[in-house]
Amino acid sequence: MTDVIIAGIGQTEVGEHWDISLRDLAYAAIREAIRDSGRLRPQALYVGNMLAPNLSNQAHLGVLLADHCGLTGIEAVTVEAAGASGGAALRQGYIAVKSGMVDAVLVVGVEKFTDQVGAGVDSALATTTDSDFEAIQGITAAGQAALIAKRYIYENKVPANGFAGFALTAHANGAGNPNAMFRKAIKPEAYAKADMVSDPLNMFDIAPVADGAAALILTRADLLPHDYHHPLVKIAGSASSVDTLALHDRHDPLGFVAARVAVEQALQKAGITLEQVDFFEYHDAFSIYAALALETAGFAARGEGWKLAADGSIAPKGRIPCATMGGLKARGFPGGAAGVYQAVEAATQLRGGAGRCQVAGAKTGMIESLGGPASTAVVHILRTD
Amino acid sequence: MEIPRHWRLKKQRYGLVGEVCPHCDYKIFPPRDVCPNCGDEAKDLFTFSGKGQVYSFTTIYEAPTGYDSSAPYTVALVKLDEGPIITAQLTDVEGSSVEIGMPVEMVTRKMRDDGDERGILVYSYKFRPSLLVPQAHHPAG
Repeated sequence: MTDVIIAGIGQTEVGEHWDISLRDLAYAAIREAIRDSGRLRPQALYVGNMLAPNLSNQAHLGVLLADHCGLTGIEAVTVEAAGASGGAALRQGYIAVKSGMVDAVLVVGVEKFTDQVGAGVDSALATTTDSDFEAIQGITAAGQAALIAKRYIYENKVPANGFAGFALTAHANGAGNPNAMFRKAIKPEAYAKADMVSDPLNMFDIAPVADGAAALILTRADLLPHDYHHPLVKIAGSASSVDTLALHDRHDPLGFVAARVAVEQALQKAGITLEQVDFFEYHDAFSIYAALALETAGFAARGEGWKLAADGSIAPKGRIPCATMGGLKARGFPGGAAGVYQAVEAATQLRGGAGRCQVAGAKTGMIESLGGPASTAVVHILRTD
Repeated sequence: MEIPRHWRLKKQRYGLVGEVCPHCDYKIFPPRDVCPNCGDEAKDLFTFSGKGQVYSFTTIYEAPTGYDSSAPYTVALVKLDEGPIITAQLTDVEGSSVEIGMPVEMVTRKMRDDGDERGILVYSYKFRPSLLVPQAHHPAG
């Protein structure tokens, strides 16, 4: 079978880009990815975006971005799966190249949060829940995570500050990533003192929503430019699964079944075991989601995911390094771009170009993009030889 | 906003009307016409008792538009006595301590305002601590 190669990567710094529009953010990442690929020209564009119709009154992003980037004439669509939009767009690009239908694909994740503030952003995020039966009750994305965390703490007797390790690791790693929103390590005391946002989640349990764009060029190995100079990073496995949309419709709200299924299938397709994964980029929009990601992937037993953060297992030199370039928590959470950032960062690690964030000897990375409380889960396995 | 939508949901919002599966007797809320237990068609209406227990809960301080004037408020996952779990605000809990497992019962309350758009007030179910259950921590004697 043909290998699908991540030939080019590009990204903007994640942050509050008041002065840069949605289209210009996307263009910056796209330009960098195309240049990085050796100027491959894509025939298809998949845009991962979560909320532009809501936050920016802008739909039809496929054509907007193709047009703005001088790519009119190609095929272009938006892929939306809430917070998993980036991972879902990557998977569509992978399928297109893997199937032989398209030679070179451009995947871009882009999100522009800062044109709205406060309650408007919370309203937009709440549209990713079941509008009739969840959002109507005034639930927020953070509130939903808090409901899960409260139950998790109750069932597993997690001590106070038990989730602190997720934020501490993320911020320590983000310090080495020039594109991260937060590049400063935090102390345990800062976590312990942080303001409560949705009990039991404090400010440091919640990834900051922000603006950003990340882009990838995918192609087949035989179509790479003859002077291509990066180590080859291939997509070895790709899988996606959905659960119920509403959290309350699950027999086991702590089960994150879609995440478990997607990891199992991606590993199977890659033909590897979990032990061969050198680092894991999880979707730490909320620290509880990181804990459940570790459990459902199989790195920890049920109810014990938080311990891997507390005991250093997820640190860069730990058993399974996570959020190696800051994760959603410190790099920032640019909505539908997050899953594409994960791929850019994993490819950077596998090329050996992660600088201070480098995971020594990394050959295999796993990235997991979640929409809602693992209502959608998309997992990719990236490898280099 | 969305006037027909709120009208369509009135049986659920005001009466907690869901469905019961004629094949396996599974109780369904919200209604979805396909039984999540056996996968067969389930369109028989079923009115829930409105009694349940708190499965989990949180307090929302940063609320969406239309809810921000009532923040902070408490949202719970409520496990209904008939089986399903639903997302619902708790009410009449100011100053009292909410706990997982606490018995609650449905009431009808104002849910949100519609800002300046059309002035529609949305009413729906909320849950309050059960009035008819003896207090768990009532001092003996």
